[in-house]
Amino acid sequence: MNEAADLVARALGAIASSTDLGTLDAVRVRWLGKKGELTAALKSLGALPEAERPAAGQDINAAKARVQSALEARRVELERRQVDQELIAGRIDVTLPGRGEERGGLHPVTQARLRIETLFARAGFDLAVGPEIEDDFHNFEALNIPANHPARALHDTFYFPDGRLLRTHTSPVQIRAMLARGAPLAVIAPGRVYRCDHDLTHSPMFHQLEGLVVGENVSFANLKAALHGFLAAFFERDLAMRLRPSYFPFTEPSAEVDISCVFCAGSGCRTCKHTGWLEIAGCGMVHPNVLRASGVDAERYTGYAFGAGIDRLAMLRCGVNDLRLFFENDLRFLRQFRAF
Amino acid sequence: MKLSYAWLKEWVDVSWDAGELGSRLTMAGFELEGLVRNAQDSILELNVTPNRGDAMSVLGLAREVAALTGMPLTGPARRPVADQLTDAFPMQVDEPADCPTFCGRVIRGVNNQALTPAWMTARLQSADVRSVHPIVDVTNYVLLELGQPMHAYDLSTLNGEIRVRHARPAERLQLLDARTVDLSEDMLVIADREAAVGLAGIMGGARTAVATGTRDVFLEVAYFAPSAIQGRARRLGLKTDASQHYERGVDPTLQQRAMERASALLIEIAGGRAGPVTQFHSSMHQPKRVAVSLRRTHMARLLGTSIEPGSVKAALSALQMKVRDVPTGWEVTPPPHRFDITIEADLIEEVARMVGYEGIAERAGEAVHHFPVLPRERPSEAAVLEAMSARGYHEAITFAFVDPQLQQRLFPERASLALANPIASDLSVMRVSLWPGLLRAAAENQRRQQDRIRLIEHGVCFAVADGAALEVDTLAAIACGERLPEQWGVPRKERAAVDFFDVKADLEILLVATGAPDAFAFEAAQLSCLHPGRAARVLRQARPIGWVGELHPEIVRELDFTYPPILFELAFYDALRVDPAAYTEVSRFPMVRRDLAIVVDENVPLSALRERVTLSSSSLLRQCRVFDVYRGPGLETGTKSIALGLIFQDFYRTLTDEDVDQNVASIVAGLRVSLNAKIRE
Repeated sequence: MNEAADLVARALGAIASSTDLGTLDAVRVRWLGKKGELTAALKSLGALPEAERPAAGQDINAAKARVQSALEARRVELERRQVDQELIAGRIDVTLPGRGEERGGLHPVTQARLRIETLFARAGFDLAVGPEIEDDFHNFEALNIPANHPARALHDTFYFPDGRLLRTHTSPVQIRAMLARGAPLAVIAPGRVYRCDHDLTHSPMFHQLEGLVVGENVSFANLKAALHGFLAAFFERDLAMRLRPSYFPFTEPSAEVDISCVFCAGSGCRTCKHTGWLEIAGCGMVHPNVLRASGVDAERYTGYAFGAGIDRLAMLRCGVNDLRLFFENDLRFLRQFRAF
Repeated sequence: MKLSYAWLKEWVDVSWDAGELGSRLTMAGFELEGLVRNAQDSILELNVTPNRGDAMSVLGLAREVAALTGMPLTGPARRPVADQLTDAFPMQVDEPADCPTFCGRVIRGVNNQALTPAWMTARLQSADVRSVHPIVDVTNYVLLELGQPMHAYDLSTLNGEIRVRHARPAERLQLLDARTVDLSEDMLVIADREAAVGLAGIMGGARTAVATGTRDVFLEVAYFAPSAIQGRARRLGLKTDASQHYERGVDPTLQQRAMERASALLIEIAGGRAGPVTQFHSSMHQPKRVAVSLRRTHMARLLGTSIEPGSVKAALSALQMKVRDVPTGWEVTPPPHRFDITIEADLIEEVARMVGYEGIAERAGEAVHHFPVLPRERPSEAAVLEAMSARGYHEAITFAFVDPQLQQRLFPERASLALANPIASDLSVMRVSLWPGLLRAAAENQRRQQDRIRLIEHGVCFAVADGAALEVDTLAAIACGERLPEQWGVPRKERAAVDFFDVKADLEILLVATGAPDAFAFEAAQLSCLHPGRAARVLRQARPIGWVGELHPEIVRELDFTYPPILFELAFYDALRVDPAAYTEVSRFPMVRRDLAIVVDENVPLSALRERVTLSSSSLLRQCRVFDVYRGPGLETGTKSIALGLIFQDFYRTLTDEDVDQNVASIVAGLRVSLNAKIRE
């Protein structure tokens, strides 16, 4: 009896003092293995007198069960500790930067253009395109700007020796779209245009957005609504818009479009030259001569057209103050526009 | 143009201050671009659009202000100058269609050394006109005030007569600004018996110019038809106040009045005695103002709102138009000074302008549902750029015109289109590739200490084929600098410069995204700007669609690159046209892989090896991957070992070792025979 209790006490001591799974297993072998002390005690029962055997056997089996459960409990405990240690050892510095390639990005002008294309596509406009090298007919003549027209002086045109030219605006796409699709139609034509002019606010190459809607009852009131809707959607704010009478040979009536300054909300700042207004587009009702030159019945149909500078829209959205930055492709500049 | 507020007040007694006047004019179509206030006056800088030549004067803007305010138009008293001489210089107009009205007057005994009074010089100055001497100052003053250009000749220099005619063949003229110009026969000149003495409506000649010593003058006030003047000044590289006015249209009824105004002012300042005004006037050539009909319904349709008939009539009458009621609306005749009112829409604009564009309420157009054409095969520009962004590329936008020297250096074999009037000599030819622009952008970034550069650009290039220009939608990229951004945990040896295969991988991402990666092939080829041993032509179904390669070492040196740039360029649509393959079933049976190290001659490209492997194996071969290329110890010089991972799989059963062994044996035999390959153990 004393012997079993003594065995248990010693086994439990050994279990408690084992600090890793290896030692614990050695303890198990020492006490419960084939040649273990408890196993040996069980075997030695045969040497006891017949009458003492059941009680002694019970004692030893109970002792064995206690040791087994202590071993199991210790194993669970040690395994948990080992996992904990592994986790501690496997700790990393999560503030170190990630490895691999870094992200590039789309050009801010392209981002603005794609945004514009998405907005107009959702409003039901199709995308139209035209060549960058144009002829006199599409760039001027069909747009009601005959040779010698004073408005030609406003277009500093790049010419090729054969008389063709780099388009000075996206308006020739109006002509091409109407000739190709006829009326009614609603298109936008974003694209690159060229003028021989280079300073703080002019680049010899820049981007324009052309819009054209032709239908049986398209009105100036519709034009105002479309422009205001687009500008509010583009800038994501409720901005004031005003149309001022102006002149373009290809529209009549014509207007310049101002929006309340997106930087000072109209209270006056450097960007808006303290007027509270930003000139953002030109627009008007398509001149009957333009409809006729494009094969559209000018009595049956009316239309509106508008043109805006994509670069300018991008500048205002990004807070860029010098147009030329867009075409210098300085990585330090481009890296600032990596957001989706 | 610059407008003196005080001067305007002489013509219309407006109660608005200069700021308010500027705002009102802005909203009436004359944008205020600047306002300078000083003690005596305020100067408004207004943008007068080219259709409104009639408004390029104090009188013209006063007319607008009178119409806007309803105030009467006044102006200085008209005082015809009494004739004190009988002199009339002979005058002849050969081209009455081009010059329907021509007035001349002799004034003798002018003291041109007199001082122009301060009030006049101040007004000239307000319009940025420098005071010269009384004769010139007066003609300039009348132009600013009435919008009527004038010219004064020194009478003593005129030979016999004044004649308005076309320039003669090869005729030349030295202008007031001392330039000598070659005239063409469609140019109208003023001539005396000897030769041309002035370019009509543009600039006078040097020989007959007035000077401080001039005593006797011949004053010319003419109406030239816009078509006789338009374009001529621009062709000669000239832009004068007179040409600007005549091109846009000068009031054809103004000449006599301007002559009297100028004569009176000149005599008041510098004395002299005037002869009678001699006038040539061809009634049949006067510009006609035709009545234009304005329909109520059309105006409402075009504007999207109805304007009260009373307001329509009031607006047009205020602009000095004659308005007659007709059942459908009105018949409107514009005044002589308005050259821009010829169709109904012109009148609608005038009404809208006077009513105010703000008064037209916004109204959404009718919504029309329609589905656009969205071809699946058209590659998405946004997706392509975004894919490259994710691989570290920044989109660049470079000019479409480039440096001809650089372009010639890169592409001596390609013809390019030159601009007739480039903005700079290094921006004078249209790009035949995006590489000149990208190389320049990369070099500039390197100069700014950006030593790891990845740029992509999408734009049109201009090819010349049989003399015709072809616009090719192009995508190109450049990469130079280290393979990866500087970072921890990257072994030193991987910090090598980006090479051909890094960029080829970027390119392949785009090719895979077409859905047809197997349609593409790369073949070693030569392009003069690329390293001869590191350049490939990219083919899609055997058609060339682009290039990829390392910049030629000589050009790397010339452009001063630290690392050799790797470039690629694709025809955007042809290369990236989307052609997704139809779904093929995925096998449910296990794959079996066998690796082979094959030693071949250095000249054998992987493509040849692959082709042979495919030909020698059965359809059970699913994939043939390359997992190593080795040269060096253990191999003969001039050979390389390519390690292939061959993956076999069947759709109907699990493969046995025999199936695979048979295939491998056949592949090995095929490679031995055709490529003299050895299997490396």
